[in-house]
Amino acid sequence: MTTRTNFSVSRYAPERGAVARLTARDSVLRRLDWPILLSALALSLIGSLLVWSATRGRTELNNGDPYYFLFRHLLNTGIGVALMIGTVWLGHRTLRGAVPVLYGLSIVLILAVLTPLGATINGAHAWIVVGGGFSLQPSEFVKITIILVMAMLLASKVDAGDQLHPDHGTVAKCLVLAALPMGIIMLMPDLGSVMVMIVIVLGVLLASGASNRWVLGLIFSGIAGAVLVTALGMLDEYQINRFAAFANPDLDPSGVGYNTNQARIAIGSGGLYGAGLFNGHQTSGQFVPEQQTDFVFTVAGEELGFVGSGFILLLLGVVLWRACRIARETTELYGTIVAAGIVAWFAFQAFENIGMNLGIMPVAGLPLPFVSYGGSSMFAVWVAVGLLQSIRVQRPMTA
Amino acid sequence: MTNIPETGRTPRVQTRLVVIQILVFSLLLTLGGRLWYLQIRNGKEYADEAKSNNIQQVVTPAVRGSILDARGVPLADNETRLVVSASRTELMKMKDDGEAVLTRLAGVLGMKPEDVVNKIRLCDSKTPKPCWNGSPYQPIPVTDEATVQQALTIRESTEDFPGITAELTAVRRYPAPGKARTAQVLGYLSPVTDEEITKAKDTDSPFLRSDQVGRSGIERTYDKELRGKAGVTRYEVDNLGRVMGQTKSDPGVAGSTLVTSIDARVQGVAEYELAQAMKAVRNETDKITGRKYEADSGAVVVMETKTGRVVAMASQPDYDPNVWIGGISAKDYASLTSKNSNYPLLNRGIQGQAPAGSIFKVISASAAVRAGYDFNDKYNCSASYSLGSRSFANFESQGHGPITLGDALKYSCNTVFYALGHKEWQKDGGITANKDSKDWFYVTARDFGLGSETGIDLPNEVKGRIPDRQWKQAFWEANKDAWCKQGKKGGSYVEQIAYENCLEGNQLKAYDSINFAIGQGDVLVTPIQMATIYAAISNGGTLYDPSVGKAVISPDGKQVHEIAPKAHGKLPVGARTIRDLDKGLRSVVEPGGTAAWRFGGWPQDKIPMRAKTGTAQVYGKQTTSWLATYTDDFTIVMTISQGGTGSGASGPAVRNIYDALYGLDDAGNQNLKRALLPKPQTTLPKVNADGTIDSPAIKAYDPKSQLVDPTEQNGAAPPPLAGTPANRRD
Repeated sequence: MTTRTNFSVSRYAPERGAVARLTARDSVLRRLDWPILLSALALSLIGSLLVWSATRGRTELNNGDPYYFLFRHLLNTGIGVALMIGTVWLGHRTLRGAVPVLYGLSIVLILAVLTPLGATINGAHAWIVVGGGFSLQPSEFVKITIILVMAMLLASKVDAGDQLHPDHGTVAKCLVLAALPMGIIMLMPDLGSVMVMIVIVLGVLLASGASNRWVLGLIFSGIAGAVLVTALGMLDEYQINRFAAFANPDLDPSGVGYNTNQARIAIGSGGLYGAGLFNGHQTSGQFVPEQQTDFVFTVAGEELGFVGSGFILLLLGVVLWRACRIARETTELYGTIVAAGIVAWFAFQAFENIGMNLGIMPVAGLPLPFVSYGGSSMFAVWVAVGLLQSIRVQRPMTA
Repeated sequence: MTNIPETGRTPRVQTRLVVIQILVFSLLLTLGGRLWYLQIRNGKEYADEAKSNNIQQVVTPAVRGSILDARGVPLADNETRLVVSASRTELMKMKDDGEAVLTRLAGVLGMKPEDVVNKIRLCDSKTPKPCWNGSPYQPIPVTDEATVQQALTIRESTEDFPGITAELTAVRRYPAPGKARTAQVLGYLSPVTDEEITKAKDTDSPFLRSDQVGRSGIERTYDKELRGKAGVTRYEVDNLGRVMGQTKSDPGVAGSTLVTSIDARVQGVAEYELAQAMKAVRNETDKITGRKYEADSGAVVVMETKTGRVVAMASQPDYDPNVWIGGISAKDYASLTSKNSNYPLLNRGIQGQAPAGSIFKVISASAAVRAGYDFNDKYNCSASYSLGSRSFANFESQGHGPITLGDALKYSCNTVFYALGHKEWQKDGGITANKDSKDWFYVTARDFGLGSETGIDLPNEVKGRIPDRQWKQAFWEANKDAWCKQGKKGGSYVEQIAYENCLEGNQLKAYDSINFAIGQGDVLVTPIQMATIYAAISNGGTLYDPSVGKAVISPDGKQVHEIAPKAHGKLPVGARTIRDLDKGLRSVVEPGGTAAWRFGGWPQDKIPMRAKTGTAQVYGKQTTSWLATYTDDFTIVMTISQGGTGSGASGPAVRNIYDALYGLDDAGNQNLKRALLPKPQTTLPKVNADGTIDSPAIKAYDPKSQLVDPTEQNGAAPPPLAGTPANRRD
């Protein structure tokens, strides 16, 4: 076990100069997955333009500085890229050792949200105000932690060659560890994040090779849980309204229905080529609420049209396709599970976000990876990209 | 451990990864499909929706065109009022939603602050009136009765009154020049309804919420021309209604001016004389009922004979059309429409119908000629005409012996027409019509235009009724159930009638045809129909569509669209018969004729007058007075419901109108300087270079002007009347 897990980047180029090391056939740069990196970068930059367009007229948000959100989004992207580099430099295997610490830290952070340190934004008590205009949404990082903690447990015996598939005990332990932060987040209540986490757990279990019974059982209990939660009235009214209005905007035309309706009008009016950046009436008229975050895709729909918003889907497709490839090609189950978890996360979150913009999914407060404005989300997805890169970089060369 | 393959994964994991990949890409495909559906397939729809989301219109209403009389005197125009309006969009931008501004404004206008606030709140189902039901982007009027001082206060301190404007705005006005209200002919305006807005949405003249629409009279007929087109400024707004920019705007076009053929002076005379005649007759006792005449309603039409243009049209009871301005009050509305009001909104000239009585005899005489009788043969004017056990008498059972049809008109002899009508009915097969029955009397009535609209350019004209065989059948089928239920053999008069009607009400009886021959029974005509017929006899046989509108002049005065006279038919008799009728009608005002006593001293050689009197009987009511007259240029038809005889009730009024037209005094002396309209007005009022039309001065009608002026007399004046006849009936 130890022989495999203690790889480090430097081991591959022990005696070469810096430039030579970076350009060598087996160098880190050569081994990076460039399609993912460039697509993620393109999404972030497109995102900065969309966020800019959505916020330059919203003086109540940007305090009169039309570039405020543009700069903040670019800054977040920069920090995100730095976090990715850091993650690659550390390596996912190194991080494996730190997983228990990360897990503990995550629990502390989400518990802190429930204390007076936390802040409520849009009905979800999911934020920690750091100060200086910054606030942190710990649930974004919990998504990574859950992937890592489950991957660590599920893969350890398999990667050690002790067993073909994770045993029931390990799976059960994993589920308990995943359920703990999810339960806390449910209390905030941040239903959107919990939904993503359930899908992540599903993806992780699938990729780990855990017994079909676990997978089916989880799906079944998920449905049963949803029914139970609704039946027992555990959801706040705003959550039920949000859910109902996506199917029928007339149900609540001035509330959530207004949101979905305006989003649909914005996207639909874009047509093939869109109105052009900054030229969208729905956007400059601020008809779509939360347009720089949850509804950022409407800016693309209106101003960039079918071509532009289709391109965003294409870029997301590239990221997901390459991530799937990384999951399939890595030799160790740990990497496979992490990559598959990230695929499940990105795919579902993107589908849910764009789906609610397009009016085919209920409205839940979830950002579009890379594109939506928001530091925590941006940092989390770039760390995830770092993990994917690390898995690819550290995979043994197939000679 | 040894089973682990080189890739580090089992086939189970490998398969599941493929499943994940497929799932992921089907999600992406779903999104792509939905995106295509929204943007490409339904893109146009959403683009339209976005537009209506973002664009708000501010409407500047067009000034409604004036309605002028034939010489350019305004019958309907606009007065400017100082209107103070508040812009909601401006006020809502303020921290207190404009409360401070509105309170200040209330102080200046001398209103209560809450009244001002209420006026500009938006209507919804929960808001009681007053509230604003127009566009919130429209400046909302707070008052239209601001004084100049108030307006100046607001304008001079704009910083104290942001969003408040004080502007001159045009408001409709009916000035009643020379006391000529012309109420029913002009009609009135009222605000457009939601239904009308929806209906006219996609036409070339859509309504705006602020529009007033012509509801009656020429305001309605020429609504489109008079209304013009409102100016529309389109603003792009954001979700809070804040204006972000201005897009395509349509400049407004003021409404066109309508020149009518009405002469306000003649209209004034007609209105006065009609009212006066009705007042006079109410002091007379009806010999039959023993009560004073009710004279509940009446109408007079003055028409040009050679064009069908209406010079004056008065209807009693009338009302002041200015009550509609600024929204009619519930009390005023009730006084115009309640049962006790006797419906002053009705224009009895086109909407009042009654049996024609003897003025129908020109049609009967024509029918006889068409049936083969010679106009100038002698027909026995016996004292009475017998049908079985029933006897139909002449007035006061006076006989005249064998006379021509012309003389039958002169004396208004009933028995001549009874006999002709009865004979024709027998010839047609009596109750059971022959296959080749001619029904000359009924066919001729229809050919004269009775039973259908004249086509006057006023809305809601009624058709009258010709009770021919078909009508009898249809009427019986519609009513027989009620008749059979009510009828009782040997019961009261009404029950007996109902009983008979139940059995054979579908039959055209002998007495029906006898009654019809003198314009009695079920026949109904309108004054405008009779004016059209008498004008046609005057002009040689052309039945003109009566018209009020004469020309539409664009607001800049550059385009003048004249409305040419239109005819809807010719009288169904030859020129000789028309000449014979004319001669007969002329003899009516000459010694011995039924109207002679009302036309004493009339200069018959200079201005030949023709007339026919009529007194129609209506079951359960006093008689309806009719007087149909014409000269070469004008025809005047007057009727008074429950007013007695034609010459008695209507004679003096009609004569006075002619006197005013031709400038005659009671003795028949003509003074052209005093004549209002000795010849029809052929030219249109002069349009100035700037598009304005000068209005000539107008004086109210002075009834005393027709008294004989001793200074103008050389010799002894002839007596004003040719002697009072003893209770003439006609």
